[in-house]
Amino acid sequence: MAITRGFTGRPRRGGNDRLPPGQYDTGAGWPVLTAELTPQIDVDEWTMTIDGLVDQPTTWDWRGIHALPSDSYFGDIHCVTTWSKFDTTFSGVSLDSLLEVTGVRPEATHVFATSTTGYTTNLPLADITDGKAWIVWDFDGKPLTPEHGGPVRLLVPHLYFWKSAKWITRIELRDHDEQGFWERNGYHDRGDPWLEQRYQGDA
Amino acid sequence: MTEVEPSPVASSWTTAVVREVERFGDTYVKLRLDVANRTPHVPGQHYVVRLRAPDGYTAQRSYSIASDPEDPLVELMVECLPRGEVSSFLHDVVEVGDELEVRGPIGRWFVWGGTTPSLCVAGGSGIVPFVSMLRFARRTGTEPLLRIAASAQTRARLPYIDELEEYGAFIALTRENHVQTNGTERVAAHIYPDEIVPLADGIERAYVCGSVGFVSFVGRILGEAGVRSDTVRVEQFGPTS
Repeated sequence: MAITRGFTGRPRRGGNDRLPPGQYDTGAGWPVLTAELTPQIDVDEWTMTIDGLVDQPTTWDWRGIHALPSDSYFGDIHCVTTWSKFDTTFSGVSLDSLLEVTGVRPEATHVFATSTTGYTTNLPLADITDGKAWIVWDFDGKPLTPEHGGPVRLLVPHLYFWKSAKWITRIELRDHDEQGFWERNGYHDRGDPWLEQRYQGDA
Repeated sequence: MTEVEPSPVASSWTTAVVREVERFGDTYVKLRLDVANRTPHVPGQHYVVRLRAPDGYTAQRSYSIASDPEDPLVELMVECLPRGEVSSFLHDVVEVGDELEVRGPIGRWFVWGGTTPSLCVAGGSGIVPFVSMLRFARRTGTEPLLRIAASAQTRARLPYIDELEEYGAFIALTRENHVQTNGTERVAAHIYPDEIVPLADGIERAYVCGSVGFVSFVGRILGEAGVRSDTVRVEQFGPTS
């Protein structure tokens, strides 16, 4: 496509290899974009369930999930609305730890995550296993705020951030893929930022 | 009348020629674009604008559509943000005749298809998608189904305020008094819960668009007015504090 007349962009160092195509560094900011009102969730009433194609469907409460081995993610996150945030630290548990408890049936291929608001998102199982996904409650050492998904959200940092469902309450393992909320409403089924899989119809 | 449904697949990148540019102080710029191979939009959808520098560097941002789907041009009202890489360029540099890369319409959630009794509540530039809805409502005679409330600091900070007043929208200015369409003067203040109650009466859906703080505030007062949170569709933007 043609160059935009008069556009030079903000100053940049050549080849920032941490920034996926079409993204910019939001710096210290952390923008919010949600499609629903932010729920206020009491941790004493919070639970999360993993069920579907598992050996042992399991529900954790706040105390139970904190009893699991803690794990952290340190790295970058990328939102489809084109901001990326570098060097974030999230703490919680690895999805691998949770799936170790429930077991995974061999026929499971995808997961369908649901939030207390009714928000949903779909992911290939391979995108949340082997150290690629977490259930998190702390950001930079402080409790995750409600507008960022607190008390507990899914974190899948190698995909666009709408896959990291806020206010997570259930993960169902399935033998097929089914579109979640944003996927039905125009976003891509997988959402790899490095491939710029933003919208339905993108490669 | 049947509900208008957006396309499930996003259009690919195309070229738009800027036909009109109107600047409103330092704050807003209205762009009217002639989009090649255009797909009709549903009110509430947005376009992505992508700028390309000589070295191949690109920057892209999403902007809500203000125009009616039958308008031959696509109208975007862009708020100029401090140090905004794309918005500053659109405000300060773009001229009639320039070409921009655009993609759209996009979004299938924050849309109004003309059949659901709804209340729209906007903060500042959050009014833009609702302007498309109100223009659509006027053309199709569905105004009784669409109520609009808008809040901003001052008249100058609320784009389309004349059109909103003509439509009969409720307007709350927080830093100057405002004469309502019924002639009464409203003292500068945020929207009061009892101002939302009559607007929410009989609606099946609410749309709220604005900053994170504004959306949180409106969500609370909608709840107090008896609006169920699962009927509220939100488009919030901006940083958290």
